[in-house]
Amino acid sequence: MSKKAIDERRRQAAAKWEAVQKNSVPVIYIGAASCGLAAGAADTQEAVEDYLEKKGITARIIPVGCIGPCYLEPLLDVQMPGKPRISYSNVLPKDVPGILSGFFENGEISRNHLAGHFGDGELDGIPRFFDLPMLKPQVRIVLRNCGIIDPDELDHYLARDGYMGFEKCLSMTWQEVLDTVKRSGIRGRGGAGFPTWRKWLTCRETESAERYLICNADEGDPGAFMNRSLIEGDPHAVLEGMLIAAYTIGASQGYVYIRAEYPLAIKRLKKAIGQMREAGLLGPHILGSDFSFDIKIKEGAGAFVCGEETALIASIEGKRGMPRTRPPFPAVAGLRGKPTIINNVETLGTLPNILRNGAEWYAGYGTDSSKGTKTFSLVGKVRRTGLIEVPLGMTLREVIYDIGGGTQKPFKAVQSGGPSGGCLSEEFLDLPIDYEHLAAAGAIMGSGGLIVVDSDTCIVDMTKYFMDFTQRESCGKCVPCRVGTRHMVEILQKVCDGKAELADLDKLEKLGQTVKNGSLCALGGTAPNPALTSLKYFRPEFISHVKDKRCPAVTCKNLVIYRVIAGKCTGCQRCVKVCPTGAITGPRSEPHNLDQSKCIKCRSCYEICRFDAIAGDAIVIES
Amino acid sequence: MSKAGLSALAQEFKGERGDLIPILQRVQDLFGYLRPEAIRHISRWLKMSENEIFGVATFYAQFRFHPAGQHHIKICLGTACHVRGGEQILATAQQRLGIKTGETTADGKYDLDRVACLGCCALAPVVAFDGRVHSQMSVLKIQKILDEQKSD
Repeated sequence: MSKKAIDERRRQAAAKWEAVQKNSVPVIYIGAASCGLAAGAADTQEAVEDYLEKKGITARIIPVGCIGPCYLEPLLDVQMPGKPRISYSNVLPKDVPGILSGFFENGEISRNHLAGHFGDGELDGIPRFFDLPMLKPQVRIVLRNCGIIDPDELDHYLARDGYMGFEKCLSMTWQEVLDTVKRSGIRGRGGAGFPTWRKWLTCRETESAERYLICNADEGDPGAFMNRSLIEGDPHAVLEGMLIAAYTIGASQGYVYIRAEYPLAIKRLKKAIGQMREAGLLGPHILGSDFSFDIKIKEGAGAFVCGEETALIASIEGKRGMPRTRPPFPAVAGLRGKPTIINNVETLGTLPNILRNGAEWYAGYGTDSSKGTKTFSLVGKVRRTGLIEVPLGMTLREVIYDIGGGTQKPFKAVQSGGPSGGCLSEEFLDLPIDYEHLAAAGAIMGSGGLIVVDSDTCIVDMTKYFMDFTQRESCGKCVPCRVGTRHMVEILQKVCDGKAELADLDKLEKLGQTVKNGSLCALGGTAPNPALTSLKYFRPEFISHVKDKRCPAVTCKNLVIYRVIAGKCTGCQRCVKVCPTGAITGPRSEPHNLDQSKCIKCRSCYEICRFDAIAGDAIVIES
Repeated sequence: MSKAGLSALAQEFKGERGDLIPILQRVQDLFGYLRPEAIRHISRWLKMSENEIFGVATFYAQFRFHPAGQHHIKICLGTACHVRGGEQILATAQQRLGIKTGETTADGKYDLDRVACLGCCALAPVVAFDGRVHSQMSVLKIQKILDEQKSD
């Protein structure tokens, strides 16, 4: 397709999008990303279809990606002809008739489950969706289309200025594009924060007949899902970013390396790549230019270490995903020995915006050294969980309290950077979120997982969790990582079991340093970070486990017991029924007995008792 | 592995060593796990030793070397799921099914796995039952799901 043809396509796409916006038929949007589906969006959609069919109403249903506030899922939006789109939250199938009948039968806006509207200004006392406390402080650049457009429609993306950044590229030299990216100040969003332009320049300046571009969508950090959401909600943004990067570094072949655990994202990518090919945005002589490029999808097979550049390359080459020594860096000698650039999904997804709106516009956000915006998955014990995008430099307090609504129980810590990062205590809440400040505090920015924990979470247990994770995922090449992480887990297990001595904590610290210094890649080099920062900021909690044999958060299994409070127990037998080991016994209407020797501390009895209005909290967990 | 299965793969892939992982993935899709005969076929086709193939396959968590159960239960133990009680859900499932992670029940009905992260962290803890993700799980909910399955 030529430049002229794409202009025509965009005109048609704009008309199509306009028709959805100024709709003649009602449009119902359903948040159907993985998170929405997990919350039950498919059932909700079925209930909508049933309702429409039963009432003989014609309406268009558009499944969209994740708009961010996952705690409101399933989200259902209704847009009546000529009216603004109105969003409803936590919509289960049983709520659907009530919401839809308001619009279709009574000609009014239903009030139950109402979240907000997408129009401008005031509407019947309903807040604007983007004015909700979770969304107002955010700046949506890379997420601008997520939850708004149909991710399966190239035309929706085109109508919202899609591929304009890439078109602009084609009228520039590669040096000019590189300079724009340099001036924007964007740094790699995968974790390390290396300036994107510098990596590109090294690759471009290496003499080679062939160069490769790899999009790293192997989002292995547990607790992070930014890349999944972006691909599911706006796949073309990432693919357009790949075109821009490939044009600049002079690559002819690109790969998307994506985790197999993300089936929906893979499906969306495959469809989008097919659409690009059809529209002439992929293949030889893209848009009539001299630039030719193609993209293949490579599915990961479940190995966290493959997020590391050299391991990822080994995996694409069909080998065990084990990192190798650098230099040479992949930008010089990567895939099949050719210069290769590996960029994170978010970095690539941001590029079209930089090219379209200009470097200075992007650099206007963020701080001096950390420019632009960053997406985070805000999860854990925070009230409003979900995917957010904020300008860098915003403080942790603003993110956790203003956006996330704080925690129900007292705040304890925020974990940033996943298994390579660290836990920061309350005194760091006013820390600005940028690469330098987080690193100085002992955590890292990482790919953007922010896990908030409250007084119910044991830091020792969480530290053990991370160490256990990296120990399992260690590829085994370097002894300090393979054996050292294992010993660190063992020591932490001893602490959790109340069997450790104070000297063990020093051993843990020393061992952590050894693993850090003696490992080849970033996995081993950062694996001890969670242990080292926790020991630094939460030492008293470790000491209680060691000295008092107590777990203050009442989490560590071997330091807690479950007890039935005889005075409170009504003898309802519900706990007897759920106990998987028969540890609880007792006749009806009499206080029950809990046999400690049979109790596996699975929490079933505690949960069923807690939600019982009469007995209430007759079962307690103590340490 | 049947001859037909292999020839279908031979059309899809050129037989390059770099295609080993996607080939193993396709074989597992077709047969549910990597049978030794399948590995032997691939070894001859790609002209690489069975040892080497096993070396690659055992490196990745995705590959199975035993027949899978009829139903797949995957307990997510990402960070968000962990801090919201994923371990207890796993313990309950293990207790109920009488198997450990990575195993299949004696009747071949269920297999149980722990996964690092399903990416639905905001709705943690989550469990995937035959690919369908259930959100905001609890020990009681997993018991209920298993009970419902048993009565089916």
